Amino acid sequence: MSTDFYADASDTAEGRVFTVTGQDWDEIAADLGEGDAAERIVVNMGPQHPSTHGVLRLILEIEGETVTEARCGIGYLHTGIEKNMEFRSWTQGVTFCTRMDYLAPFFNEMTYVLGVERLLDIEDQIPEKAQIMRVLLMELNRISSHLVCIATGGMEIGALTVMTIGFRERELVLDLFELITGLRMNHAFIRPGGVAQDLPPGALDEIRSFVALMKKRLPEYAALCNANPIFKARLENVGHLDLEGCMALGLTGPVLRSTGYGYDLRKAQPYCGYETYDFDVQTWDTADSYGRFRVRLNEMHESLKIIEQAADRLARLEGAPVMVADKKIAWPSQLSIGSDGMGNSLDHIRHIMGESMEALIHHFKLVTEGFRVPAGQAYVPVESPRGELGAHVVSDGGTRPFRAHFRDPSFNNLQAMGLMSEGGQIADVIVAIASIDPVMGGVDR
Amino acid sequence: MFRKVVTEQYPKEKLPTAPRFHGRHQLNRWPDGLEKCVGCELCAWACPADAIYVEGAENDDSVGPDGETGRYSAGERYGRVYQINYLRCILCGLCIEACPTRALTMTNEYELADDSRASLIYEKSDLLAPLLPGMEQPPHPMLLGNDDDYYRGEFKGAEQ
Repeated sequence: MSTDFYADASDTAEGRVFTVTGQDWDEIAADLGEGDAAERIVVNMGPQHPSTHGVLRLILEIEGETVTEARCGIGYLHTGIEKNMEFRSWTQGVTFCTRMDYLAPFFNEMTYVLGVERLLDIEDQIPEKAQIMRVLLMELNRISSHLVCIATGGMEIGALTVMTIGFRERELVLDLFELITGLRMNHAFIRPGGVAQDLPPGALDEIRSFVALMKKRLPEYAALCNANPIFKARLENVGHLDLEGCMALGLTGPVLRSTGYGYDLRKAQPYCGYETYDFDVQTWDTADSYGRFRVRLNEMHESLKIIEQAADRLARLEGAPVMVADKKIAWPSQLSIGSDGMGNSLDHIRHIMGESMEALIHHFKLVTEGFRVPAGQAYVPVESPRGELGAHVVSDGGTRPFRAHFRDPSFNNLQAMGLMSEGGQIADVIVAIASIDPVMGGVDR
Repeated sequence: MFRKVVTEQYPKEKLPTAPRFHGRHQLNRWPDGLEKCVGCELCAWACPADAIYVEGAENDDSVGPDGETGRYSAGERYGRVYQINYLRCILCGLCIEACPTRALTMTNEYELADDSRASLIYEKSDLLAPLLPGMEQPPHPMLLGNDDDYYRGEFKGAEQ
């Protein structure tokens, strides 16, 4: 029996459990002896493991170095967001769903808000400027999310520089978010009927200089990774999943596009005016982790193209409204910044407190109970960085959702984890998971 | 390796946040020192995290034996108890969007870390803006006219 305090064996109902701490494999192998136990080894990886992308628990059955069976243990980050949303107004719901897939907050908000707007039947009344700002924020968000995927994926295979430069660039995107929404993550900026605030002065210049900088920096990733023999040896033919497998398991996003099938909701089922932007759907034909990396890298270039076009359109829309005109729905606030901080502007205060009884009534009603949404259900998916993200919102005609369910691509894509990893080595499991890029906040909700 | 590093030397060198940053809340005053908060509780209603607790009370204009009045704000009511629990607060800013008097604003202050849970429930006294020159500690009568004048924006107050 091992004398190592940390690596002792204990008996449970399922059999003996060993805690492996490294460099003690010989002792454990000796302890296992002969028989059933020696032939079947089940290893727990996570939920607190730096290479499993957050609190994901992997249950791996191994034979030597080969993984014979791989299963996921999820639910460690389940916070009951969907249930909580049933007890909040439709507008407050935005502050909840933005916290699901925390690397893609704007996409969560967008799909939920699109569903609410379809139920309200105000889809064609959303101001043009609000739609363009939504596209702009989503594409910036796609870049930051892909950067995290590449950065953490690089870190997990040991390429630390990829991580540090990935987070360096992501910081620039977060600075833009802070400038526009006041928050770096979990913005609750996209609201039913439009967006919370207009762009601050100088934002378009900042965005343009960011695009110019990214055009110089993105090729650095390509130079570092694309033809790197170690990088390719780790990624090529790892996590293989062909189109048939993707279809059977309901995979979307870069994993699906790495099989050569150019399915992208922005083209297949355009929303927010994506049909009016010039961009290409990126595909690769190897159906492996390397292909997914290349798809993501190329998608960032496409996002930059969309951001440039959106910035040009916004430049022509100075002072245009960003919230729907219907005062029974539009969130009643006009924020401005003063020496005492950010709060409602004096113009807005004068209007609701001194001039318009009706405006004050709308303000109180919308803030306290919110607007009513006609009974029905809607599902409007968007193309998130990880695939098809959709919110199924059901209304019973009240001021809060009867049910809001999210189809999170991380959850569906994670179903392919076993298929991608079984038969490979343990080190390949990490690469396969990183190529799916699951975000546990979205998986568990 | 031969490029300039992007690191910031916090806390020696603190870079300012963006102007719209959602930081600690502040309860503002009119230029005469009266509180802007009228205890309407809209901030508490708007809060998705139930982090705000408000108890309103009536202002009292009757003059006491020492000439004092019970007027704290420029409306019928004022916020007698006002608490924000920063352990619950998600800093979404719906409260400041809900405030009909610009009593509640968000500052750019973000250094809120503390070592006890109790001290992170901010009371009204922790949130109220300091008295500036020319302001008088409430309770006192309205010094700027009737309450209509206050909300019509005749006094620019702190926003400028």
